[in-house]
Amino acid sequence: MYGNYDTGTAGGSDVPHDQDSQQRFDQLIAADQRIEPRDWMPDAYRKTLIRQIAQHAHSEIIGMQPEGNWITRAPSLRRKAILIAKVQDEAGHGLYLYCAAETLGIDREELLDLLHAGKQKYSSIFNYPTLTWADVGAIGWLVDGAAIMNQVPLCRCSYGPYARAMVRICKEESFHQRQGFEILHTLARGTPDQKAMAQDAVNRYWWPSLMMFGPPDEESSHSAQSTAWGIKRFSNDELRQRFVDMTVGQAEVLGLTVPDEDLRWNAERGHYDFGAIDWDEFARVIRGDGPCNAERLHRRRQAHDDGAWVREAAQAYADKHATRQEARAS
Amino acid sequence: MNDDSKRGWPLWEVFVRARRGLAHQHVGSLHAPDGTMALRNARDVYTRRGEGVSIWVVPSAAIVANNPDEKDSFFDPAADKVYRHPTFYDVPEGAKHL
Repeated sequence: MYGNYDTGTAGGSDVPHDQDSQQRFDQLIAADQRIEPRDWMPDAYRKTLIRQIAQHAHSEIIGMQPEGNWITRAPSLRRKAILIAKVQDEAGHGLYLYCAAETLGIDREELLDLLHAGKQKYSSIFNYPTLTWADVGAIGWLVDGAAIMNQVPLCRCSYGPYARAMVRICKEESFHQRQGFEILHTLARGTPDQKAMAQDAVNRYWWPSLMMFGPPDEESSHSAQSTAWGIKRFSNDELRQRFVDMTVGQAEVLGLTVPDEDLRWNAERGHYDFGAIDWDEFARVIRGDGPCNAERLHRRRQAHDDGAWVREAAQAYADKHATRQEARAS
Repeated sequence: MNDDSKRGWPLWEVFVRARRGLAHQHVGSLHAPDGTMALRNARDVYTRRGEGVSIWVVPSAAIVANNPDEKDSFFDPAADKVYRHPTFYDVPEGAKHL
C-alpha cells in the first residue's frame, strides 16, 4: 500500500542519495528481493520502470481497438460476449499497470498526456489492422501468446507493484490465448473459404508477433542494465525462440502453416530454426509509419475527449455530496 | 472542458476478502471521485472473476505508514526479545504436548 506518500514528490526521492541507500538497494537486488514503492531507488531504475510500465499500460488500452473493431460483427452472440469480456480485460490490465506506474511517483493523467502527444510508445503490433474475423483469432493466439511469453518472467520482476500486476494479468491472459486458438480452430475446420481466412490471418500476424519480443539481443539498447536490475529475466532472442518452438506445434494442431520457408527443426540445437525478421519494417512501424498508427492515436484521443463530460459529471456529483455532508456536519 | 476535468480524481487503495474466513488483502489501487464510485470501479477492476466476497476502499491519503529507510531502527524492539519465540525454551526429554 502506498499511503502517506505524496505522488508529487515520488516515493523515496526525498531521501538523500547516499552510499548506504545505494548499497541497500544493491543488496536487495543481489538477494533477488523486491523493491517496494517507498524504498530508495536509483533515478535511472525509476525512469526505466516508468517507461516500461507506461508503454505496457498504453499497449493494453490501445490493444482494445483492433479487437473492439469486431465486437459489433462477431459471428455469434457467444463470440460477441467473449470478445466484450476480453476487451474489458484489456482495459483492466491497463488500469493495473497505470496503478503500478503511479507508485513510482508519476500521475496517470501525465502518462495519458504523454501517450496522446506521441511521446510514449505502445506495442508496435497494434498498428496492424484487423481486416477479418479470423484476425481476432490470430491476435488471441499469436499476439496474446507472445505477450504471455514476455510477461510470465515479469511476474518475478524486481519491482514489487509491477510484479504483482503481472501475476494478475498472466492469470487472465490464458483465457485470451485459448479463445483465439478456438476461433482459428473452428475456422480451420470450416469451409475452404473459412480455412483460407484463418491462414491469411496467421500469415499477416506471424512476423509482427515475432517482432513483439523486441530487437535482436546485439541491438537491444536497454537489455543489459534491465537484466542487472532484475527487471528483465530472459533476452529478447531467447523468448522469441521459445515462442517459435511452442507455436509451431500448435499450428500443426490447427492444420495451418506459419509463413516461413526457412522454418525447420534443428535437432542439434533442439530448437526450430526460423527465417530472418524484417527489422526495417519494425523500425518503420515504431517510427509511426505502420498501417494504423495515426488511426489508433486519433481514436484514443477522441475517446478521452468524448469521455470528459462523464469525468466532469462524476466529479461534480462527488463535490456536491461532499459539500452537503460538510453542511450537515456543521 | 473546464479545469475540473484536468484535476485528477483521488487515489484509493483496494482491499478484497477472497472468501469467508480470510482477512481483506490489499490488491491494488484506483482513481475515483468518491467512495461509491471507488467501490464500483474496484468491483469491475479487481473482481471480474469472482475473486472476492467483500471489498474495502480506503483513500490512499488516509494511510499512515512508517518510513522504509527507518526499517531497522523501527523494528528494533522486536529483535532483542528472543524469549518471545517458543524455540527459546529448553524442553526436557519426555515432556509431551509442549
